[in-house]
Amino acid sequence: MSAKNHGFPWNLLVGFILSIALTLLAVFVAFYTDFSSHVILWVIGVMALFQAIIQLFMFMHVTEGKEGIINVVNMVNSIILALIIVFGSIWVLTSGHASLH
Amino acid sequence: MSLDEFFVTGDPLIFASQIAIGLTMVGLIALITYLKRWKWLWSEWFTTVDHKKIGIMYILSGVLMFFRGGVDGLLMKAQTSRPELGLLDAQHYDEIFTTHGVIMILFMAMPMLIGIMNVVVPLQIGARDVAFPKLNAFSFWIFFAGAMLFNLSFVIGGSPDAGWTSYFPLAGKEFTPGVGNNYYALSLQIAGIGTLATGINFVVTIIKMRAPGLSWMKLPIFTWSTFITSIIIVAAFPILTIALLYMTLDRLFGTHFFTVAAGGDPMLWLNLFWLWGHPEVYIVVLPAFGMFSEVIATFARKNLYGYKSMVYAVAGIAFLSMLVWVHHFYTMGNSAAVNSIFSLTTMMIAIPTGVKIFNWLFTLRKGRIEFSTAMLWSLAFIPCFTIGGVTGVMLAMAAADYQYHNTMFLVAHFHYVLIPGVVFAVFAALYYWWPKMFGFKLNEKIGKWHFWLFVIGFNMTFMPMFFVGLDGMSRRMYTYAESTGWGAWLGFSAVGSLVMAAGFAALCYNIYWSFRYASRDVGNDPWNARTLEWATASPAPHYNFAVVPEVETLDDFWYKKKKGKTGLKKADLKPVHMPSNSWTPIVLAAAFGLVGFFLVFEWFPLAIISAIGIVVGLVANTFDYDDGYHIPVEELEEEEREWRGDLQ
Amino acid sequence: MTSHTTPLEYQSEQTQMNILGFWVFLGAEIVLFSTLFASYFVLEHNTAGGPAGQDIFILKDVLIETFILLTSSFTSGLAIHSMRNHDKKGLLIWMIVTLLLGAGFLYMEINEFIHYVHEGATIQTSGFTAAFFTLLGTHGAHVTFGIIWISLLLVQLVRRGITVKTSSKLFIASLYWHFLDVVWIFIFTFVYLKGMVM
Repeated sequence: MSAKNHGFPWNLLVGFILSIALTLLAVFVAFYTDFSSHVILWVIGVMALFQAIIQLFMFMHVTEGKEGIINVVNMVNSIILALIIVFGSIWVLTSGHASLH
Repeated sequence: MSLDEFFVTGDPLIFASQIAIGLTMVGLIALITYLKRWKWLWSEWFTTVDHKKIGIMYILSGVLMFFRGGVDGLLMKAQTSRPELGLLDAQHYDEIFTTHGVIMILFMAMPMLIGIMNVVVPLQIGARDVAFPKLNAFSFWIFFAGAMLFNLSFVIGGSPDAGWTSYFPLAGKEFTPGVGNNYYALSLQIAGIGTLATGINFVVTIIKMRAPGLSWMKLPIFTWSTFITSIIIVAAFPILTIALLYMTLDRLFGTHFFTVAAGGDPMLWLNLFWLWGHPEVYIVVLPAFGMFSEVIATFARKNLYGYKSMVYAVAGIAFLSMLVWVHHFYTMGNSAAVNSIFSLTTMMIAIPTGVKIFNWLFTLRKGRIEFSTAMLWSLAFIPCFTIGGVTGVMLAMAAADYQYHNTMFLVAHFHYVLIPGVVFAVFAALYYWWPKMFGFKLNEKIGKWHFWLFVIGFNMTFMPMFFVGLDGMSRRMYTYAESTGWGAWLGFSAVGSLVMAAGFAALCYNIYWSFRYASRDVGNDPWNARTLEWATASPAPHYNFAVVPEVETLDDFWYKKKKGKTGLKKADLKPVHMPSNSWTPIVLAAAFGLVGFFLVFEWFPLAIISAIGIVVGLVANTFDYDDGYHIPVEELEEEEREWRGDLQ
Repeated sequence: MTSHTTPLEYQSEQTQMNILGFWVFLGAEIVLFSTLFASYFVLEHNTAGGPAGQDIFILKDVLIETFILLTSSFTSGLAIHSMRNHDKKGLLIWMIVTLLLGAGFLYMEINEFIHYVHEGATIQTSGFTAAFFTLLGTHGAHVTFGIIWISLLLVQLVRRGITVKTSSKLFIASLYWHFLDVVWIFIFTFVYLKGMVM
């Protein structure tokens, strides 16, 4: 990390192209392949996560500054929480015999 | 809407309170005007960004709310003291148990603990203030706006009455049409913003503002518990924000998040409420653990036994706290797998908590124990809290919980957790850190009256509830038949609540007595304590430390005292940078309060006009480039000489 | 920490804390949005006789919105790149481009909502629409707030130039903007694509 990086912002450009490509790929997988909907969901989910990681590292410089490690730990912690909240809620609310489905 | 719908009418108790509140307000305003204190209030308190003053204001609000919530509790105890009493009707009883719960958790426990964190943590880590002083002031004022909005429901519009958990569908518009539950949704939302901001503030403060040499494993345990509490706040409060947003949308804008007929799911509310609500329990109890640890180490004159295991235990509890929320609704109809897993995670919490209990006991072992009032609270905490913890493990077993669920047994359990775990801790902390806040001790003799009355009263009040609960009495019953045989138990319990109230009165008298008569000559370190906050004057000067101390070990101050290295060299003094006061926090919070109030009554145009106040406040804030000011060396020297005598 | 290789926005203790504090806030935002997602997943099939996702979503419009937001994230990255090269003009221009793209996104989203309402899917229709509009609306409200906030920061930039304070504020705003893009990626994937395919 340096204050004077006159150079061309390659990492931004690569990140941008990757995110456009991943978006199009996700649309392709979703609409033009014959995978089961279960597989499609996993594939496009992983690609979304990959895009998020691109944003975090290439655009948001998550590792930079004195607190780089803390920021990474914070993000990992938040993602774990997100998974607990999302999968926990779905499991709790849709698996029981009182479920509406 | 006519005036008699706006004001709550028809109940003599509430009518008397309305008059009393009106008279008190007029009296206060007249008194302040007579004493010409408005300017002083504005410049010294309302606009302050000093963490110590903000802490004191938090504590003051907490004491007021304790009074309010306590009166609610006493009314409930009076109503159930004999079978089929008619002191309160069912509706009024519903309102009172709802406000009792909300106030005690969110507007009493939270501000008390956050207040003490505010006073103590920056001093314990050798910082000049918190990381974001202005945000800290905003946190307080928006909490205060939320608390006032909630209390307003008592006299204007009617109180919420669906329980502090406000389960749907009961809390929905169909079954609870008045404005009471709008107050619940909006005042908690407003106060929650402040809590989240406090969480962020303390995470950053503790990461970035520790004194040189104060590495993580040398941090005082109260600072550790505050740090981890703040992390849980950041993790949990956004969930409440969304749950309350859904509630507001359902009640005000006709959405169907929780209406089964239109594809909503009332169980979603329970799920979200407890996803926040269980971590919230640890948010209030972990700082309390830290307070007890400091007090026990100080008055046993020993290092805290198993310091590192204590830190890991706190971290472990924090992690598990996010994984147990379902144990609040085992009976909702979850699958067997869900209930089993959450039973397991719940029981696992007992392990790190047990570690802590043993750490405290081993700290006491062979210590030279001094039975000060603060220490008495800590000693009483251990057995009382253990009763709460052990009954918690009983409740954790999902199959057995089908019997205990929503009985008085549960009510007794969580009072045995929260009163020893939070209220005792707050009392211990008040006696312990009082001299650091005000420069004199609370009277120890009155303190012991306070202690014995409160602890005996507490056990008298809540122990019988275990038995009536096991006998089948469900919670939130406003009355019961004589044939149940519960009258004797609950009568005894009601007497106990009066004893407890007498204990609280002793505290109030103690504060009054000590303000008037206590010796002002207590020095900077009246308890011969171990941590950094005692290295500076009592009360702490507004700049906290003239020179930021260098730390070498855990309990650094204790060892520096032994080596006689607590002096201050005149040559080390440098100008101290301080943040400026700001009017934006209180004005912003007032605007939030107004928006909340108008939304409660669904007066949307007025709400939008008040929201402009929020926008103006935020814009003013972003254009504020105030850099604070410096305290010159001469001023520091003068203030330090005042309590140290000569400088080196 | 004031060595000349450190970016300007990290050069005071206070701005370092501001940036760290904002990251912590983003942690809270992740929890906030995951709660919205969790509720959406629980309610998405409960249409109560109203329209479901595949009945109303239009892939083309959603794709355009996605590309607009992805591009705005890229341009705000370019703005920060210019800022670190002390190029005030570049910073200003790229930020204005970002704001225009943000406004374009909002315009499209509002039209999208109007379309849904015409199709009979209002926020009051069903559990599904309530969760859908609240999730999307919360994101849209964030974008709106971001546009106003960054506009105010640009006024400060014009007045004061690139200083430690203005640069840290703009850096924080750029973090916010990237984060909104991240949220949108998940909305695109788990609301729109999933809704249209499943």
